[in-house]
Amino acid sequence: MNRNYVNLNTNPCKMCMPIGGCLALKGIEQTMVMMHGSQGCSTYMRRHISTHYNEPVDIASSALNEKETVYGGEKNLKKGLANVIKMYEPKIIGVLTTCLAETIGEDIRAISESFKTENNVSDLDIVTIATPGYGASQYEGYFAALKALVTYFAKDANPSSHINVITTLMTPADQRLLKEMLSDFGLSFVLLPDISETLDAPYETQYHKIPKGGTKREDIARMGGAIATIEIGQLVYDEISPGYALYATHGVPLHRLPMPIGITQTDALLDLLSKLSGNAIPDKYVKQRGRMLDAMVDSHKYNGEGRAAIFGDPEIVLATTALCAENGIKPEIIATGTQSKTFKQFVETLSFSGKESAAILDDTDFDTIQKLVRERGVNLLIGNSDGKFVMEKEGVPLVRIGFPIHDQVGAQRKCYIGYEGSLRFLDDLTNTILDHKHMHYRRNVINTYFKPTEAVEKGAIGYDA
Amino acid sequence: MGKQQSNVLEERQDFIIYNKKNTKKQASFQCDQQSTSGAVSQRACVYCGARVVLNPITDAVHIIHGPIGCASYTWDIRGSLSSDKEFYRNSFSTDLRERDIIFGGEKKLSAAIDEIMATHDPKVIFVYATCVVGVIGDDLGAVARQAEAKYGIRVIPVQSSGFAGNKSSGYKAACDAILDLMSSADSTRPPVTAKDPKAFNFLGDFNLAGETWLVKRYFEEMGVKMITAITGDSTCEALQNAPNASFNIVQCAGSMHYLANHMKETYGIPFAKISFYGIEDIVDSLRTIAALTRDDDVIRRTEALIQREAEKTAFALNAYKKRIAGKTVAIYVGGGFKAISLIKQFNDLGLKSVMVGTQTGQKDEYEVIQDLAEEGTVILDDANPTELENFIKEKGADLLVGGVKERPLAYKLGVAFIDHNHERKHPLCGFEGALNFAKEVDLTLNSPVWQYLKQSDKSDADHGNIKSIEPIEKFA
Ligand code: SF4
Ligand code: SF4
Repeated sequence: MNRNYVNLNTNPCKMCMPIGGCLALKGIEQTMVMMHGSQGCSTYMRRHISTHYNEPVDIASSALNEKETVYGGEKNLKKGLANVIKMYEPKIIGVLTTCLAETIGEDIRAISESFKTENNVSDLDIVTIATPGYGASQYEGYFAALKALVTYFAKDANPSSHINVITTLMTPADQRLLKEMLSDFGLSFVLLPDISETLDAPYETQYHKIPKGGTKREDIARMGGAIATIEIGQLVYDEISPGYALYATHGVPLHRLPMPIGITQTDALLDLLSKLSGNAIPDKYVKQRGRMLDAMVDSHKYNGEGRAAIFGDPEIVLATTALCAENGIKPEIIATGTQSKTFKQFVETLSFSGKESAAILDDTDFDTIQKLVRERGVNLLIGNSDGKFVMEKEGVPLVRIGFPIHDQVGAQRKCYIGYEGSLRFLDDLTNTILDHKHMHYRRNVINTYFKPTEAVEKGAIGYDA
Repeated sequence: MGKQQSNVLEERQDFIIYNKKNTKKQASFQCDQQSTSGAVSQRACVYCGARVVLNPITDAVHIIHGPIGCASYTWDIRGSLSSDKEFYRNSFSTDLRERDIIFGGEKKLSAAIDEIMATHDPKVIFVYATCVVGVIGDDLGAVARQAEAKYGIRVIPVQSSGFAGNKSSGYKAACDAILDLMSSADSTRPPVTAKDPKAFNFLGDFNLAGETWLVKRYFEEMGVKMITAITGDSTCEALQNAPNASFNIVQCAGSMHYLANHMKETYGIPFAKISFYGIEDIVDSLRTIAALTRDDDVIRRTEALIQREAEKTAFALNAYKKRIAGKTVAIYVGGGFKAISLIKQFNDLGLKSVMVGTQTGQKDEYEVIQDLAEEGTVILDDANPTELENFIKEKGADLLVGGVKERPLAYKLGVAFIDHNHERKHPLCGFEGALNFAKEVDLTLNSPVWQYLKQSDKSDADHGNIKSIEPIEKFA
């Protein structure tokens, strides 16, 4: 069973669909997000996003109240759009629905179109995206928004020599590195979305209400003519896949890859970039790969003592599991709150010892993860900040990756991908295992051999455990 | 509004004023209204209001009936501490899916209660309604009654559908739930015949960073008896005993005034407004409590405590005052009570409030704010980031007090910041809290980082105190 309780999700390990949509839209140039529903949802999501990135995150809401809930929110949504235009002068407004708007059956596309004809806003694009919170998680919401953008803008297919790169939610630092890689291969590209500047903006004396950067709408419009699309996201299924939409409408060949974390998965990306560009892998990356291998050997005995619980966004969990598998860190619990038919299948494609007994769970919650952590003597938690509750209660350290991370700083500027990012991340994992061991082993040895009656300290690592 | 701000929305003009002294209160000033669509209000929802009030009840189960997001974003976000059980820190959600929305979620909810009862033995379960539940028409009351009959415990629905009002409506919904809980105590226990004149409840303290415990030490020294805080570190049983109090003290009127009034009506318990934030209010409040007991011994002990602590604190505060006096502050917080107490505290420290706003302040609170604030101070209700940016810049504020959403904005504008929110990790109430507060103000205002920001602007004549480093030129 996926969860301790059938009818309850206790300590959620997922978020709702519209927040994924917001995150994707934050990577589009001069774009504002308008959430159609009640005020609270947007405030919560703003809070979640801004505490992770430490950036101001403005999300408008149509602030539906009782009356509009009964009679329809058209007037509110239109007024909201007008107000957003007045305050932010965006080029694009992404309109997302919430549970409330979906339940009362609001037709956001029709409302937006009639708003456009009623008002003189010819240069404004309004992209509507259905994101019922009860429908799916942040993962699907993110891709649904990207797909909507592609469907809206990428109308023609004038052939061009560039490639499209569509990524699952990565950090701004990851995206900066990815761009560097693409340039190193001499590729011209469109990156969708591009949060590298928008959600990690430098300090400037002039404050910009909508941060600079993000994918330009003109560039999204060119995506239909690309020579290929790379979609980083193994679990993306065709219905929500922007890459598939480009393939289906314009015949752009689609290459779907996992997040490039770990040796094998980074190799896969670089091989593909080499093939698409016709250029050999630059020496810089050959050296980085060698350094990573060197470090993997150096650390293997420490890593071999790791027993990990990996949780959060399904894509990140998959990639992290691969990194652990390569390094002999045993994935005991591989868990996502997102419901996914293919999650387990993809985990099964990885090879690591103990796979048969590993708990591989989708649609789960932290209550379940916590119980398994205790039962299986896990000594390393890997995932987002929501794991801090398990950390506190079970005394197992947490290495953070994913979203949200709001109990530490710097999530936006940490790099996890490529050989360099993977190695930095791996070093974090190794050092955490080491610290944990050093903190506990004296006590453990005393308790085991000198005073064997006392219980071995919980969560500690030792050969005896 | 006096001056015209270029990108303040027309619909928002009536919610913003420049304070005028010695004139009649500006009658046109609006507050307590629905947020303007598209204005990027900083407000949360009814459910949020209810949750923050009830969540600190440590031994209750809190089930959020709705889709996952509402529970996910509010899991364990409040810094309320418990001296015993930590059950309240879990977020139970019915995680409604598409088919529940279509066919209704009542069955799932009662099955969820069954599952809880099979594994735990709570005395009380609160069931919160979220927006969707209000629309699909699930009858929380019916589900709750069935479960009560089945298990002999209290299952209390909290009518907190997010769209039916704002955060203050949520406070009310929470107070209704608390009243419901209190009313169910009587039958099982013998009625209290003679009330202890020194026994009271403390309404509107949530034991953030141990604040309830901090003031409880004062109460013990004074010789008065707190039955329970409502709701900081409270238990269901303690709340059921609350009607035995001889009086109530009420802090954070925004959420608790309503409850105090009802307890007065139903149980004949009088109440007094108090505040443990800022020296002046702390002293007044301790005296108020002592007076309510009409006990000379209590009054004497209270005076001794005040004298000792006030003296000690004043001395320590002086060191900070010297370092921060003369700076200007912008305040944007949740409720009116908090804003009022902050203006006073900043006055004490020698700082001037140049902008004061709240998410859900009430008319009478804004009148007090107008009285306290200086001429020309911007007063605004339900502000958005654009307005905050405008007025912080226009007024040249050195410091912003707000919640976590406002923090990055302050920093981007190069303005110091104080978190005055539910997540705080150090107490801000009482004499110790007043010191912590001054310390935090000093820490952020006088951090070295600000001078580098000035330096980053090459056109700025004032480069701060940062000296550039000259290379050592050996062969030049
Ligand atoms: S789950 Fe639905 S109602 Fe809840 S926060 Fe998300 S969009 Fe809003
Ligand atoms: S759906 Fe309603 S209750 Fe839930 S977060 Fe949104 S406004 Fe609040």
